[in-house]
Amino acid sequence: MIIRNVSIIKNHAVTNDDWGVLRLAEGDTPESADVTAQKIIVPLKVWQAQRNQLQGRTDLGVWLDSDERAEDLQGELDRFAVIAVNFPKFADGRGYSIAYHLRVRMGYVGELRAIGDVLRDQLFYMQRVGFDSFVPRADKDINEALKGLNDFSVIYQASADEAQPLFRRVQRSVA
Amino acid sequence: MYRYDQFDHQLASERVAQFGDQVRRRLSGELSEDEFRILRLQNGLYHQVHAYMLRAAVPYGLASANQLRKFAQIARKFDRGYAHFTTRQNIQYNWIKLPDTPEILAELASVELHANQTSGSCLRSITSDEFAGVSPDEIVDPRPYAEILRQWTTFHPEFAYLPRKFKIAISGAEEDRAATGVHDIGLNAVKNAQGEVGFRVLVGGGLGRTPVIGSVIAEFVPWQHVITYLESIVRVYNEYGRRDNAYKARIKILVKALGIEEFRRQVEADWQFTKDGPCTVTRQELDRVAVFFDAPAYQQQPASNASVTALQCDNKAFSNWMRRNVKRHKVTGYAIVLLSLKQVGVAPGDVSAEQLDAIADLADRFSFGEVRVTHMQNLVLADVKQSDLIALWQVATAQGLATPNIGLLTDVICCPGSDFCNLANARSIPLAKAIAQRFDDFDYLHDIGDIELNISGCINACGHHHVGHIGILGVDKNGEDRYQVSIGGAQGKAINLGKVIGSSFSAAEIPEVIASLLKVYVRERIEGERFIDTLQRLGIQPFKEYVYRTDTAIAMGLADDAAECVPVQQGTPYNNPHYSRRF
Repeated sequence: MIIRNVSIIKNHAVTNDDWGVLRLAEGDTPESADVTAQKIIVPLKVWQAQRNQLQGRTDLGVWLDSDERAEDLQGELDRFAVIAVNFPKFADGRGYSIAYHLRVRMGYVGELRAIGDVLRDQLFYMQRVGFDSFVPRADKDINEALKGLNDFSVIYQASADEAQPLFRRVQRSVA
Repeated sequence: MYRYDQFDHQLASERVAQFGDQVRRRLSGELSEDEFRILRLQNGLYHQVHAYMLRAAVPYGLASANQLRKFAQIARKFDRGYAHFTTRQNIQYNWIKLPDTPEILAELASVELHANQTSGSCLRSITSDEFAGVSPDEIVDPRPYAEILRQWTTFHPEFAYLPRKFKIAISGAEEDRAATGVHDIGLNAVKNAQGEVGFRVLVGGGLGRTPVIGSVIAEFVPWQHVITYLESIVRVYNEYGRRDNAYKARIKILVKALGIEEFRRQVEADWQFTKDGPCTVTRQELDRVAVFFDAPAYQQQPASNASVTALQCDNKAFSNWMRRNVKRHKVTGYAIVLLSLKQVGVAPGDVSAEQLDAIADLADRFSFGEVRVTHMQNLVLADVKQSDLIALWQVATAQGLATPNIGLLTDVICCPGSDFCNLANARSIPLAKAIAQRFDDFDYLHDIGDIELNISGCINACGHHHVGHIGILGVDKNGEDRYQVSIGGAQGKAINLGKVIGSSFSAAEIPEVIASLLKVYVRERIEGERFIDTLQRLGIQPFKEYVYRTDTAIAMGLADDAAECVPVQQGTPYNNPHYSRRF
């Protein structure tokens, strides 16, 4: 089953999008999944099972589920036009560490997309750990969700968006 | 204490706006309760039995007089004129209306306070030693590190949705007054042979359903690396902690499953990427923060005060108070004073708005305008001149804050229980009250001496029953409140988990069970032994045997030896309806 969302948030704006996310239906196996569609983001397992057919395609993306690891894509990051991380539930925070690893440890610079249970109140943190595109849950108003990117102007810690913690970035006042 | 700069203020006000908007969207229906619940919990807002409960942070237990006045004002305006201090040094309001919460947060922010991460599956507010900076046994003042870590944990983008809550405690003294062994991460500040400061790091401690004492993951992490090292621990936990079962989701379960060696290996492997990187704490930042915790302007004082000594001879109440509620200060002529929030008839940790204002005045008058909250749910005035003790005691007595029971049987740790909490199996506050009434003779209490009685209304162990010398756990048996008793637990450096003595008791039986335990202690103790010492020497068997000697002895209120203890209260106080000012 391929899910396409007409609008997504990308580079701080609502924008049209024509990528589809392949999700395995009941009975599909990674080996048998149909990957012939254009511009699809396939599950990691499908990539791993069908690497021979898929490598060389320029309109290919891959997505990691929250129980998968950024390191599973070691050495292959340049094969994909987009990498997505799935949030099965918004309270499952593993995707944040996956994104952090991809950006900070593995040096991924391409598009990093949050898919699944993606909601306004998590976008700020998602952006901080390295996501630059977001597919808000279909029942939510995407223009409302966009506002979530601007919740804070001050951040204490370093992450993928900011290599230096606040105490190294600014002169802080003393007692 | 730490004061906000422009950045802290800006962040605090942005947080107020963010949460206000989340509340607005909940009230308009844009946010479902499932979506909102996790957001409000990260702001310390629970939906409890009667109303919303808001838990505001008292960062590492330190508050100014003005902050206390703000707590009082909030109690009057938005609650029923009282508040409750918790075992994690925070403050709770029990009768909050959801639409009021943004205004309350704005009020808190106006005095540099917040409710960030006081609940939820995230990095929780950090707790520390209530005697930091004033205790003679201190090696390193933990407060600057606690503040640096407070900022690191605040809205950390990667760790807002952990498998479960994550609690950090930090202490820097010989004695561990921050219960670091029962936290997800416990930090003990130490000095190495070269005199450099670092942290002995414990991981995977916790109470709750599966009580575990933390394992040492690192003997010495230099202070510069405290952020990067902790970040690696939390990252490994975020990635590998169980998320399929909330009861097995704490880091202690992961540490047990992997073993401490393998867990350490994974943390060290992650740490290699960040060690010595930009998140390394700079000397400049440590110095900047440490200045806020410089010692106040102590005056030269004589070591003792003649009036205090004289009144101790003349006045038993004052003498009892001096013995129990006044502790030695590192500076000659000063004392540490504990204000007891364990008055008979009042829920442990509860404080009225009037008392909060009075405490603020006491702090301004006698203790450089600062107060600390203890994990035993009492308050501390940390820098009191010996010559001010009498005046302070008089005001504290008038305010019901001078009960001379610190460290005694009636200085119980107690969770709110099923009167307030949705999770609880049984009531705990009325039980604490029944015990306080049963043992209301100070001569007897002082004779029994140091003893820790901890009561939890359910397995989540908010009342720390596992580490009480006597621990009481509420259980629900066929709809009846029952209580399991354990003995031999301890906190501090000698931390230990208690053992259950046998089958559970009814509420009415519990005071008599405690009386039996104490009777064995009084019979068997050797001069100078505390209850826990006698218990450790003899083991639990003699205590257990005596408690269960006959069923009827218990049921009859120990008719055979009741005369030797305090008279048994007539009737069953437990069955009285809600007793406190809460209702």
